[in-house]
Amino acid sequence: MTSMNESTSFFDQAPDAPEIATRFPDLHPPFNKTAALTEANRCLYCFDAPCTAACPTHIDVPRFIKKIASGNLEGSAKTILDANILGASCARACPVAVLCEGACVMHRYNQQPIAIARLQRFAIDALHEDGACLPFAPGADTGKSVALVGGGPASLACASELRRRGIRAEIFDARPLPGGLNTYGIAEYKLPLAESLREIDLLAQLGVHFNFNVTVDAKKLAALDYAHDAIFLGIGLGAIHRLGIASEALQGVTNALDYIADYKSGQITSAPERVAVIGAGNTAIDAANAAVRLGASEVHMIYRRGPEQMSAFAYEYEHAKLEGVKFLWHLKPVGIKGVDKVEGLDLARLEVTSDGSLVPKSDENVQLRVDLVILAIGQATHTEFLDSGKIKLEQGRIVIDRATGQTSNPKYFAGGDCTNGGREVVDAVADGKRAGIRIAAWLEEQDADA
Amino acid sequence: MPTLETTFAGIRCMNPFWLASAPPTNCGEQVMRAFDAGWGGAVWKTIGEPITNVSSRYSSIDWNGQRMMGLNNIELISDRPIEVNLREIAEVKRRYPKHVVIASLMVESKRHAWHEIVQRAEDAGADGLELNFGCPHGMSERGMGSAVGQVPEYCGQITEWVKEKARTPVIIKLTPNISDIRMPARAAKQAGADALSAINTINSITGIDLDTLEPRPNVDGKSSHGGYCGPAVKPIALNMVQQVMSDEEASLPMSGIGGIGSWQDAAEFMLLGAGTVQVCTAVMHYGYRIVEDMADGLLAWMRRKGYESTEDFRGLSLPNITEWKHLDLNYKIVARIHEDKCIGCELCYTACWDGAHQCIHLDRALPAPNTSRTPEMVEAESRHRISTTPIPKLDLNGAGESGPYRTPLARIPRVDEHECVGCNLCSLVCPVPDCITMERVDNGLPPETWDERVNTGLVSDGSAATGNPNV
Repeated sequence: MTSMNESTSFFDQAPDAPEIATRFPDLHPPFNKTAALTEANRCLYCFDAPCTAACPTHIDVPRFIKKIASGNLEGSAKTILDANILGASCARACPVAVLCEGACVMHRYNQQPIAIARLQRFAIDALHEDGACLPFAPGADTGKSVALVGGGPASLACASELRRRGIRAEIFDARPLPGGLNTYGIAEYKLPLAESLREIDLLAQLGVHFNFNVTVDAKKLAALDYAHDAIFLGIGLGAIHRLGIASEALQGVTNALDYIADYKSGQITSAPERVAVIGAGNTAIDAANAAVRLGASEVHMIYRRGPEQMSAFAYEYEHAKLEGVKFLWHLKPVGIKGVDKVEGLDLARLEVTSDGSLVPKSDENVQLRVDLVILAIGQATHTEFLDSGKIKLEQGRIVIDRATGQTSNPKYFAGGDCTNGGREVVDAVADGKRAGIRIAAWLEEQDADA
Repeated sequence: MPTLETTFAGIRCMNPFWLASAPPTNCGEQVMRAFDAGWGGAVWKTIGEPITNVSSRYSSIDWNGQRMMGLNNIELISDRPIEVNLREIAEVKRRYPKHVVIASLMVESKRHAWHEIVQRAEDAGADGLELNFGCPHGMSERGMGSAVGQVPEYCGQITEWVKEKARTPVIIKLTPNISDIRMPARAAKQAGADALSAINTINSITGIDLDTLEPRPNVDGKSSHGGYCGPAVKPIALNMVQQVMSDEEASLPMSGIGGIGSWQDAAEFMLLGAGTVQVCTAVMHYGYRIVEDMADGLLAWMRRKGYESTEDFRGLSLPNITEWKHLDLNYKIVARIHEDKCIGCELCYTACWDGAHQCIHLDRALPAPNTSRTPEMVEAESRHRISTTPIPKLDLNGAGESGPYRTPLARIPRVDEHECVGCNLCSLVCPVPDCITMERVDNGLPPETWDERVNTGLVSDGSAATGNPNV
């Protein structure tokens, strides 16, 4: 177990992978000052703005945009971070087309929504360039302590709220660096690993305690329960599902999360010639695009249904097509071929029956030569270590009160993917923020009752 | 086919678009290029004893990303020798005999000095003379420019001297830096002036550099008040032109000046009585080429309105501008929000609550009208609502809907027409054309003005009580 305090820079520990940086440049390049000013001036400054309402963390979007327009970049960044401590990564990773920018009234005005995400990035980048400190200070010490299991966006947001209220926040994470999927799981052309760490460095100025390479099991949880006044569970989801067919352990079969984490940390810098990604969600698309950029000459996405049922956002689908990913619809892997390593996939063609279920047409199997198979068919939960007698679960998900993050055990709070089945970074941040605020109030109530 | 040809104070003009006396008319080469671009006339950069200028000279006001909403200058009159300016005027007139060249003049307040410059300018071939009684900076400190224009007696005196000598029409350029512009205009008219031009630039300080704490334009750390012009001054200029043109003792052929940059601007000045218009800032911003659309657009508008010449509409709006006391107090309009056009920005709502009369409400989606819900309450409700990213797999069972979406009913404001005072503010802040219209309500009352109420003894006459001679 390694323990680090806030004086250690995570950013400096980011693996140096120049080849990855070259292959994964910004999908949405930053605004320069003039472009930001022009765009900021387009904002109508709506009252009770729909963009703010659509944002799970309710960033006051018109306010931070008008501060860009007035040249008050410091105030702009503060407005963003006050509502969303991970405003930098959200600016890059959020599916804004279905959030703030999707809600922009400009769709009905001149059909050009305000580029909110790029403006948000501009404001936070300016703060980083300035070398400025986080514009918040920790609250006066209350003597209370909260353990946060998992070091992803939900826990980070929760820790930030706790620290601003003078509560000790101790994060336990299984990986060597903080950030969870924010650091290891988002396409590098959206959010580089190093940028996630830079943001956490800023947050760490609040005095968050990090413990890395710690896997929290039932025994460890009991110890944390004993040592802390409340527990926050931000454990995310578990491993990606397996196909459940033979030869799945063959070399050349991997899953999207490992694949993305490995290339982001520079452990993979190239892809073999033929890659197949199984699944059609946003993570599947991230993996497929990565394979293209890592040099694969033929990348197929294989999905058992058609494009209208794919779970990826429409704009992600369009992006993948532009990257050169090819799509194979209504197919399902039924066999993996290869001796020492993967050589091909046996795909069954599926048809939809009248009741909507999929059945294979056994006589029409398709053979696909592949060198690498990436599974992206959804993540399992990993809440087994929780005592379901004390913390209520539903389909493996932790049940919480949405407004407070409180679980059925009042001392336990939770947020993020482990509660919602897998949404976006910003949803996890919003969960963590609500829970942090509520934990502080709850601890105060406990004292008042005592 | 309508025509832009006109006659101004006896001067034949190919069109009513003149360049104002300013940097765009500094020299013959410029004026000839301007004429090639389509300008009908040019008032030469003011001629007088050459001065020495400072650098820098201009500064401006930008607004929401747009440059030069207002321009300020501390440049003086021509810094070139009188004989050079006059030689070039002669050259321009020789090459462009049909174009109008007006010599703008400013010399010390001595009869012989004015007689001499008038003679020389007319000998050079100028079609008319414009006396610069307006320049607000520098020259005024030397007893010229607005120092003359601000004192009706001086204004009248110099006009008289000039008229003793002049063979061409004499135009008096008025300064706006005065409490009542009609006074110098009356003095000029009484002294025999043939025409007026208004307005000259307005005293201004455009701003302070927040790093250095030094004003703009910066001359070695210092500045001086300058003359303000550009789009920002147009409403002030329109008012002053109207003031003069509605005053029988002052009104003369008027060359309108102040923030004109388009055919619409020009038409508005003409509707208030201007026979020609003069342009400077817009040309300094975009070049002489802007005159093409000024002419093209004005002709198209004239065709639509059925006007054959600018005289057909000149001054038509003057009768519509009256003193407040003659406005109908019983005329009633209310705001109407057209739901099909509303984009849901709610700017009208916040403007009405914070800046007007609290009669626009966000209660369409509520079970009953609610006029007591404040903007703060509306925002607080939104902040406490839990929003999540719509995930196709989890929420929409498929790829999800795609826009454009209609404005939700809850975001379309409602006007309480009984409380609406018809102030226009909501329709002014609304970004969507024709989304909020102000519509007349028949309240069954006959027209009635304040003046009529005073005359019928219903209310007391304020001026009698105060004895204020301005009323």
